[in-house]
Amino acid sequence: MIINKETLKNIAHLARLDFEEKEADKMILNMNKILTWMEQLNEVNTDNVMPLIHISREINVLREDVVKPSLSHEKGLLNAPKKDSNYFRVPKVIE
Amino acid sequence: MIMKDKYELVIGLEVHAQLQTVSKAYFSEENTYGSMPNTNISVLTLAHPGTLPKANKTSFDYAIKMGLALGSQITEETIFARKNYFYPDLPKGYQITQDKTPICIGGNVIINLKDNQITPENPEGKTINKEHSIRLTRIHLEEDAGKSLHIDGEEESFIDLNRAGVPLIEFVSEPDIRSADEAHAYLTEIRKLVRYLDVCDGNMEEGSLRCDVNISVRLIGATEYGTRAEIKNLNSFSNVKRAIEYEFERQTALVEQNITFGQETRMFDATTGTTTSLRMKEAMNDYRYFPEPDLTPVVVDKTWIERIKNLMPALPRALFLKFTKEYNLSDYDAEVITAEKETAMYFEEMCKITKNYKAACNWLTGNIKGYLNERTLALNQFPISAKNMAEMVNLIDAGKINHNIAAKQIYPKMLENPTKSAEMIATEDNLLLSTNIADNEAFNLEVEGFIGEIMANFPAKVAEYKAGKTGLLGMFVGEVMKKTKGKANPKTVNELVVKMLAL
Repeated sequence: MIINKETLKNIAHLARLDFEEKEADKMILNMNKILTWMEQLNEVNTDNVMPLIHISREINVLREDVVKPSLSHEKGLLNAPKKDSNYFRVPKVIE
Repeated sequence: MIMKDKYELVIGLEVHAQLQTVSKAYFSEENTYGSMPNTNISVLTLAHPGTLPKANKTSFDYAIKMGLALGSQITEETIFARKNYFYPDLPKGYQITQDKTPICIGGNVIINLKDNQITPENPEGKTINKEHSIRLTRIHLEEDAGKSLHIDGEEESFIDLNRAGVPLIEFVSEPDIRSADEAHAYLTEIRKLVRYLDVCDGNMEEGSLRCDVNISVRLIGATEYGTRAEIKNLNSFSNVKRAIEYEFERQTALVEQNITFGQETRMFDATTGTTTSLRMKEAMNDYRYFPEPDLTPVVVDKTWIERIKNLMPALPRALFLKFTKEYNLSDYDAEVITAEKETAMYFEEMCKITKNYKAACNWLTGNIKGYLNERTLALNQFPISAKNMAEMVNLIDAGKINHNIAAKQIYPKMLENPTKSAEMIATEDNLLLSTNIADNEAFNLEVEGFIGEIMANFPAKVAEYKAGKTGLLGMFVGEVMKKTKGKANPKTVNELVVKMLAL
């Protein structure tokens, strides 16, 4: 896989990150280096090997359906950059 | 041929049902509708750093129950996945869902369609029920997002996270649906089932049951699918129907004019009945699914499935068959009774006591439904127990009370005194009919007196009867019944009249 400017922009958009235009070339170079290094893994034959999803072998760690005291309304809103007595307020999402 | 007649609809539905668990999907805060904004929240829902989810066991029970009811295969090992996107009503930045390993795979939703087309099998064009099967692709577990409020004149959007993290099951159908009526029948069936199984209250207005429609058109006979649109924001059965009808017009017009159009998401506007393209900043829906590292895989073994099987109530289709085949009710009656689980259960309770199924059905769909509709009550708020209602039906059948007296005098008193049985009320108010002639000499003498009077009033009729016109018997009995104000047992009166006319 080769990272070009378009992919870089797309990734930045998906991650909601800004970068300075002048840094683009350096970033593309670095990202390509990382990918090339990772490509070494292609040398390993993984036919008939199940993908590893969890390191732990635990299964069925589930919770009974009971309500436990959780976060109060006041505490929940405490750190919000913008709020009123009921809601979190955010920049308008639709026109 | 009208232009549209050349085309057919191809529809697949995505139905989301909020599970009626008491706590949320991945954290233990309360799952309830209608609380003050942002009161049912937790550190996980708000995506505070270092918080970890833990999946709700009951949400699996509910999803498995649903899958078993629809004949799905239950996936033995499932893992959760993250579906990544940014939106303020989803603070984590991803929805925890199931991607490659949905809890249920396959299955069928059997729908009932009304058909009154004239065919060789149905020459009179009667309305008949036609069963039709819609294939299910999958059912998976996921979580709901919060609610964003956009108020005109406000410069900001308001976020309420009470709904964020509420467990959902999503039913994905194959594109097997061909009309708005079929879509309606499919939704009706899903709604009925989630309510029978007690997994969701099925309330579309409150959003506990929601539906997205994938819709395209193609020439009849074509095997390729057309370009589809996904319609969102459908909060009632009738809006689903309206949106489908609108899209059919819109898409056939485009196809007819050879205008090519791309796959898109459209919003339905209930005030205009139209759909408009949703301009998404994110052109591509690149959700970058990957396995959720914070939740362990869930293995559903045979023991678990057996446990759920044992909890399954009778399903509406099985009850419909039982009521029509064993109880000989009409399709219509059986449909009315099985529409809601509460009604079907009440009826079954009655049928444990009375074998007069038709009478039980009539009381339930007539008097009881009428009472509830007038007062906008639910069946569980009806004062009289199924047992007391059924015992009244039995009293009528045994000839101990008269049907009209029961409906006009005994039943209204039972509504006021739900603890009293029909027999108690009939005894107190002296409304019991005599069933044993010997026991009721006095009353029988009174009745005989009436018969004598009537015979004296209609000498010509008596003569005709004696000459062989036995059809007049009914007239005599009717006259006597009037005199006794319906209190006499018609059977006894009949016997007495025959006896006296024979003298």
